[in-house]
Amino acid sequence: MKSAVAIVVLLLVLIPVPWLVRSGFWLNFAVLSLYYGFLGQSWNILGGYGGQYSFGHAAFFGTGAYAGAVLQLRFGVNPWLALVLAGVAGGVVGAVVGGLSFRYGLRGSYFALITLAFAEVLRILADSLGFTGAGVGLQIPLHPAATNFQFAGKPGFYFTMLVLTALGFASVWYIEHSRFGARLMAVRDSEDAAHALGINVYRVKLAAIILSGVLMALGGVFYLQYFLYIDSDIAYGPAVSIAALLAPIVGGLGTMFGPLLGAVALQLLNEISESAIGSAPGLNLVLYGAVLVLIIAFLPEGIAGLMRLRLGPWRRRAA
Amino acid sequence: MSLGNRGYSLSRRRFLTSTAVGGLAVASGAIGMPYVARAATPVKVGIIHPVTGGVSYSGTQGRAGAMMAVDDINAAGGIKSLGGAKIDALLTDAQSKADVAASEIEKYNDAGVSAVVGGYASFICLATTQAAAKHGIPYVVDVGTDDRIVKAGLKNTFRFSPGYGVFVDTAVPTLDQINSAAGKPVKTAIIVHEDKAFGTGTAKLLQEKLPGIGVKVLDVIAHPTPNLDFNNIVLRIKAAKPDIVIPADYYNEYVLLARTMLQQKVRPKAIYSVLGGAASQYKFVHDFPEAAAYIMDCNHWYNPHKEAAQTLRKKTQAKGLYYTYEVFLNYEAVMLLADALERAASTDRAKIIDALASSEWSGHFMPYGPTKFVNGQNTGARAVNLQVQNNDIKVILPPEFANAKPIFPMPA
Amino acid sequence: MVEAAIIVPAILNGLTTGAVYALVALGLTLIYGVLHIINFAHGALLMVALYGVYFLYALAGIDPYLALPVMVPAMFALGYVLQRYVIGRAGHGKDENVMLVTLGLSIVIENLALYLWSSDTRTIETAYGFSTVDLGVALIAVPKAIAFVGALTVTALLWAVMRWTDLGKAIRALARERRGAQLVGINVEHLYAMSFGIGIACLGAAACLLLPSYYASPHIGRAFVLIAFTIVVLGGMGSFVGALVGGLIIGVTESLGGLFFGESLGKIGVFIIFIVVLLFRPTGLFGQRA
Repeated sequence: MKSAVAIVVLLLVLIPVPWLVRSGFWLNFAVLSLYYGFLGQSWNILGGYGGQYSFGHAAFFGTGAYAGAVLQLRFGVNPWLALVLAGVAGGVVGAVVGGLSFRYGLRGSYFALITLAFAEVLRILADSLGFTGAGVGLQIPLHPAATNFQFAGKPGFYFTMLVLTALGFASVWYIEHSRFGARLMAVRDSEDAAHALGINVYRVKLAAIILSGVLMALGGVFYLQYFLYIDSDIAYGPAVSIAALLAPIVGGLGTMFGPLLGAVALQLLNEISESAIGSAPGLNLVLYGAVLVLIIAFLPEGIAGLMRLRLGPWRRRAA
Repeated sequence: MSLGNRGYSLSRRRFLTSTAVGGLAVASGAIGMPYVARAATPVKVGIIHPVTGGVSYSGTQGRAGAMMAVDDINAAGGIKSLGGAKIDALLTDAQSKADVAASEIEKYNDAGVSAVVGGYASFICLATTQAAAKHGIPYVVDVGTDDRIVKAGLKNTFRFSPGYGVFVDTAVPTLDQINSAAGKPVKTAIIVHEDKAFGTGTAKLLQEKLPGIGVKVLDVIAHPTPNLDFNNIVLRIKAAKPDIVIPADYYNEYVLLARTMLQQKVRPKAIYSVLGGAASQYKFVHDFPEAAAYIMDCNHWYNPHKEAAQTLRKKTQAKGLYYTYEVFLNYEAVMLLADALERAASTDRAKIIDALASSEWSGHFMPYGPTKFVNGQNTGARAVNLQVQNNDIKVILPPEFANAKPIFPMPA
Repeated sequence: MVEAAIIVPAILNGLTTGAVYALVALGLTLIYGVLHIINFAHGALLMVALYGVYFLYALAGIDPYLALPVMVPAMFALGYVLQRYVIGRAGHGKDENVMLVTLGLSIVIENLALYLWSSDTRTIETAYGFSTVDLGVALIAVPKAIAFVGALTVTALLWAVMRWTDLGKAIRALARERRGAQLVGINVEHLYAMSFGIGIACLGAAACLLLPSYYASPHIGRAFVLIAFTIVVLGGMGSFVGALVGGLIIGVTESLGGLFFGESLGKIGVFIIFIVVLLFRPTGLFGQRA
């Protein structure tokens, strides 16, 4: 139950942030940290706990974003309802991608490659089809209202993201404390051994990718409502896929707080490098790439792994 | 997320300090400091362009034009009604990406700008005007021809130059005019366009209106920006044999299309572009005279008879830059803002919006009527017809601004 | 509508483009065949090579084709160093880790290029750049025709090196049986680096042949990465012939796809092939290992 307490404490600490932080800039920082942490958490479920590294998570993100946009613009669906439906859409895409890939036994690098291909196929489709706005993209008209999932100020978005973050934690908590999760991690540790134990490897992986897809799609809708504009590059491009995997790897794969830690660390890194080096396009991403390589080389457990040595059971990589 | 920019950089420190300074200024105002002390504060104006990415050439040109205006204004004594306050330009890079641009607007808001100018590309302006509207920041669109920009009902958005609706409404009748004068040799057309906001919108309107002047649209071909290879597109044009080809593209792709057509020996009766990205560009004419010869365009242009336009042309060329539409449109956009600042006599965003909305600015060098904004669009703005003749770009229509006659169809 | 008359030129166009793609894929398939690395940095390294050719031309006036003797060894050296001192060390031998390291490298390289050289597209103008070869049924751009011949030549060269030189034999031995190779005294790390270096050297050649028809920009590698992977998977990982044939097939697919479905949608054919091959025939057309 220790991790449940940790989650609650963390959420309680995060709630008063909009009242404590007055600067628009830092509040935006907080929102984006939670956002990237959430995307990372979704990837973490499949990658960190499931051991399946996807390089095309944008496929789910973009589907969520486009679903949200199309439902609002063409069918007049309320954005909150669209959020739920978009999550379903993400799950469906997860089922298709996972269903095909896992059914045909794709693992490791092959799985990474095929997820990349799926994301690219979706990107091209979105770029060509009329109902996704083709090259022009889709824009949500500005009508700030809480019922419209558009907030006049940042706090509204912050709290929405906080709820999504809680959802992410709940999902991971479930994985760490359920039989499903135990099976998933067994598959991660050794697929063949898991199979020998009688675990239906295919079903376990499929469930994980569907869950991951649902969450990632929710993140996509959040992006849509925050920025009010998407196109095929934003929705299905590699930037999102990379962002989703970077945070958990940096923060700690297969740990509950890893993705959020990683997201905050990367955002801070971004800000520090901009202040120190000055803003030039690309430099902060050079830093990200370098950090990724360094973490893989020297800190395979990520930041959480470092902290584990100090804080013991609080940051334990489950099972 | 990448939040980068170049040139006069807008660093974190500067933002945070300027926010603090801004706060202090507001506080001191509330306490009631003397007018003189307050008036010395420069007016912060955000100037945003895609200086990197797919449309970076245009963004860079645009930034140069805007900065020349800022320099001219400051050199002439700043905004007089604000006690000679200079314009403090905060430059950022939109990186040819809509979401990056929107983030920069957020930064501008944090920095307390009084107005924003720029954006260049339609898909960028659609995002930035919205982001600015959320904070009530007055926004002057420099180019962004997509008409949705001024139809979104945003009170803060103002576009001095015409949208593609005006261009199509000018281009089609003038094509008819030119075609009729030559005995109507043109009966079929193919439209080639970039697949984002400006290209798609322009192509759609053209498709609707061309049949009305007796020109049948054989095909409409879209392509992404950037696009490396135009061979297949040119093959399709070759097979369909249209009388004219109508491109609506950004610079690089337009050049590649024209050159590939030359290479594949595809020679229609005319290339008649609407907002052709390279068609009215001295760089294109200079680099590839053979491919550029006789290309016609309906585009932004300055009034060649106005001295201020020619002065700016010389100044631009002295900097080693081509005098392109991004340059003079941005120059005028900043001038428009300066005029509004003078009349508002304030750095308050709402007052500047009112001043822009009621603008009747006539101190420009464009071939426009009197300035009048209706729902953010300057209804006085006009398009002109141009043609590349003798390695130079001439205005062929309307007659009151023309300095050459149309050569139509293209000599074989 | 699409007429028969333009299908043949489109196919020829596709073949020449495909040959260049094959050049890019050759290096990738070698790297996979020997090191079992899916090199995500391949596209970024191609981009670096393109800039190399560009700057040699822009600053020193060296024609891209004459730059071959410079670019090939230079890229070889870069590849060797990267594998020996970065990828090999950081990856700790685990597949997933190595994959992530190459991904990280690609991010670093791409954005370093963005920072150093900005994202303006860089084109070069050569005298023959827009000349064409008249094949009667179609006009083929001269640079593309040269690239086609170049690709065939490089494929043949690579094959010959692998087949008949001591280096090639050692590499093949290593690819087949690492332990055994070590036992007969082969310096595994050095040889891995040599293999990687050769794979990247192919990119140097590809860049020289590509630049006259394309351009250099920091993100151009991305488009090539996916296409190269598709070709490698289609042709069979580790097979040179597969890479060449696969490249030609993909080039034609892309060209016809663009012709029939438009420039944007047309590219989808390539990825559909990729997915289908990965699912149903992961060994590809000519590959041996599963």
